[in-house]
Amino acid sequence: MSLGSVPLKYKISIDRDQCMKCMRCVDNCSYGVYRIEDDKILIDSRRCTACHRCISMCPRDAISLQEKPVDYRSHPLWTAQAREDIINQARTGKIILAGMGNAMDYPIIFDRLVLDACQVTNPSIDPLREPMELRTYLGKKPAKLEFTKSDKGDIELKTELSPNLKLDTPLMIGHMSYGAISLNAQLSLAKAVAKTGTFMGTGEGGMHESLYPYQSNMIVQVASGRFGVDINYLERGAAIEIKIGQGAKPGIGGHLPGEKVCSDVSCTRMIPLGSDAISPAPHHDIYSIEDLAQLVRSLKEATEWKKPIFVKIAAVHNVAAIAAGIARSSADAVVIDGFRGGTGAAPKVFRDNVGIPIEAAIAAVDKKLNDQGIRNEVSVIASGGIRNSADLAKSIALGADAVYIGTASLIALGCRVCGNCYRGLCPWGIATQQPDLVNRIDTDVGSQHVANLIHAWTLELSELMGAAGINSIESLRGNRERLRGYMLDEGMLKVLNVDPVGA
Amino acid sequence: MCGIIGVIDRTKARMDGSSIKKALSLMNERGSGEGAGYVAYGIYPDYPDCYAIHVFFDNLVEPKSKVDEVLHKWGRIVHQEEIPTYEQPCLKREHIPWRYFYRPYTEFIVGSNNPAEDIIKHLVMTVNSTIPGALIFSSGINLGVFKAAGWPEEVADFYRIEDYKGYIWLAHNRYPTNTPGWWGGAHPFNLLDWAVVHNGEITSYGTNRSYVESNGYKCTMSTDTEVVAYLFDLLGRRHGLPSEMIVEALAPQFWDEIDLLPEKEQKLKRTLRLTYGPALMNGPFAIVVATSKGIVGFTDRIKLRPLVVGENGSRLYISSEEAAIRVMDPEVKSIYMPRAGEPVVGRFSQ
Repeated sequence: MSLGSVPLKYKISIDRDQCMKCMRCVDNCSYGVYRIEDDKILIDSRRCTACHRCISMCPRDAISLQEKPVDYRSHPLWTAQAREDIINQARTGKIILAGMGNAMDYPIIFDRLVLDACQVTNPSIDPLREPMELRTYLGKKPAKLEFTKSDKGDIELKTELSPNLKLDTPLMIGHMSYGAISLNAQLSLAKAVAKTGTFMGTGEGGMHESLYPYQSNMIVQVASGRFGVDINYLERGAAIEIKIGQGAKPGIGGHLPGEKVCSDVSCTRMIPLGSDAISPAPHHDIYSIEDLAQLVRSLKEATEWKKPIFVKIAAVHNVAAIAAGIARSSADAVVIDGFRGGTGAAPKVFRDNVGIPIEAAIAAVDKKLNDQGIRNEVSVIASGGIRNSADLAKSIALGADAVYIGTASLIALGCRVCGNCYRGLCPWGIATQQPDLVNRIDTDVGSQHVANLIHAWTLELSELMGAAGINSIESLRGNRERLRGYMLDEGMLKVLNVDPVGA
Repeated sequence: MCGIIGVIDRTKARMDGSSIKKALSLMNERGSGEGAGYVAYGIYPDYPDCYAIHVFFDNLVEPKSKVDEVLHKWGRIVHQEEIPTYEQPCLKREHIPWRYFYRPYTEFIVGSNNPAEDIIKHLVMTVNSTIPGALIFSSGINLGVFKAAGWPEEVADFYRIEDYKGYIWLAHNRYPTNTPGWWGGAHPFNLLDWAVVHNGEITSYGTNRSYVESNGYKCTMSTDTEVVAYLFDLLGRRHGLPSEMIVEALAPQFWDEIDLLPEKEQKLKRTLRLTYGPALMNGPFAIVVATSKGIVGFTDRIKLRPLVVGENGSRLYISSEEAAIRVMDPEVKSIYMPRAGEPVVGRFSQ
């Protein structure tokens, strides 16, 4: 007996009075919702992902989209999603794949933290009239300074700084690989970070040669699959990041389906054309902090100790102890990716259930590094669900040096978070390798949008700092006094090390 | 708000406390009667090599016996007494001020460059964080802090400040805004050789506090200024930075200015700022810090609080107000206002 079909999620309709049959919707929908028959535009709503491409391209605003109300018997436990997942798995016997970030209704801690502002006794600072310093250096710092006395009796600095990345704003774009996203998407991001004096990650897909002009603003990634990694690649990066884990799917590797491995992707990744690119769950040379330290030092040795090495881990239960181990492994920065982090594709069960929120993870890491007296010696980068400049400011106040944004930068390129990235049909030209779709991104326009976003958040961060009477980002970092918890339970306040509102 | 004043006699000639009391009282508009205090260096010449440990006791039974026990464990009490006080009509006596003259057993600490100071620091942190009803508020050699919740003249009369003679004096008139006015929260704050008076609010307090606490200090006095004393102890005593360099770390030049410096100086300032980023202080402040070697005054980087410097012969004055300096020394010769973040240093001539 067949299980039959499940109800459709979205209902598309066209206002026929408005429609002028320009066919833009037919041309733009890569999921095949629209087709033309007998001079009439027909709709197959079942194929719709709510990517909004048709709506945004319709010159007459004739298209409307509705999320279909559930027509199952309503039930608080057996939700439509729960039932549909079972139906799909009963039919296929497979792991359910999902794109973008965690879609569960967990409370967002950022929204229960409020920032401080000055009144009277402590003047707020106007960033339009006073200097506001957001410059951030990422990398190892010495615990203390040492001096020597020259023959003439002058005091000379003896301590040498390790290489640090200099950022004009504590905001970077996280690692999204060529393969997972298109070259035009990567190029747009690269041009944007070069414009705004910050950095982006290459992801684990190597560095395509058209990105070489922007290499001084790129952090190259070494993941367990080692795709695209050779000495040329390492030397091109301003910094190198070892990816151990990712917030959207802690504990597992990556999988780029062979269909997305076109000739350019195959060259860049150094893998055969059309082959699946599978990164293993662990690095097969890393089974302990000592092994990690070996890889950190090997990469440093290979690049003559000229580049900072970051290590990225997913936010998991014992993230603080792991981060402290990483800090002592010669790594220059530890990247913590929370469970709201995006992804091209992840097993749904991982994306929605494994890991912990970034807010708690940063606070726990900051505390552990402080307890061990090494907080300032290593940089902490937070990522995974940073949605706006307030999240950025709160992340820093909880203890991050800087943040990576991923999904937010894609939204600036057009992404509507429809969550179908893994299908390779992204109508916005972002998560696809189909040339006709990729060409939908004009990299100059795209980069301007991303640069605008970075600029706008930077301005807002300056204003938030000024309101709190702070004119240097160093003084916001780990500054719990500038945060209060609103409607958070005592246990969470303790983890965050934040007082409740009114205290 | 808050009024501060400091004076050093560079020939080490000792001054009694009467004139600084007058100067501080002049700035009563800057206070609220909830805290005032004085510190003087050189006041205990009879115990030149003992640590003078000033303690507020809630009573002389439980907390004192616990403090005695800890002190006995780590060293020898050479002399102890209640700090003489004189009842004031409006000053509510909340604690019993006590002083010990103390020599730590330095052989107890191995692997330390300055074992005596490490023991005293340990005692201050331990007593203040673990013994309810006892608070060590002064712990240096040949110096003493005298403070309470009250107006400057009341506090001065309570301790009869004019009976003490020192070659450095700092004083503070408090207007508490975001923490309670209590005896422990009054300024000056002291640890070992460092004493601090401060006008302003430190908006970077959370960051600074984490930094000093991660280096073994414990903030117990519910006031932002406490961290300044610990920052000076950490950077000055333990890291060995000269006082100008400490000021540069706490109130560094802006990056735009650093970028314009010659390469060598730029490298020094960049390295200093990166290394001591968590020690950088933000918010409006004017601070005067004293040690047995001299005093240093400085403000925040955009000068949101006033600071005036006066000189007359061997004496250097630093205050919130020119009028206070003039009350203290009507003959003062030169008066000027330092730039934001610029340290004003007064050292002994020998």
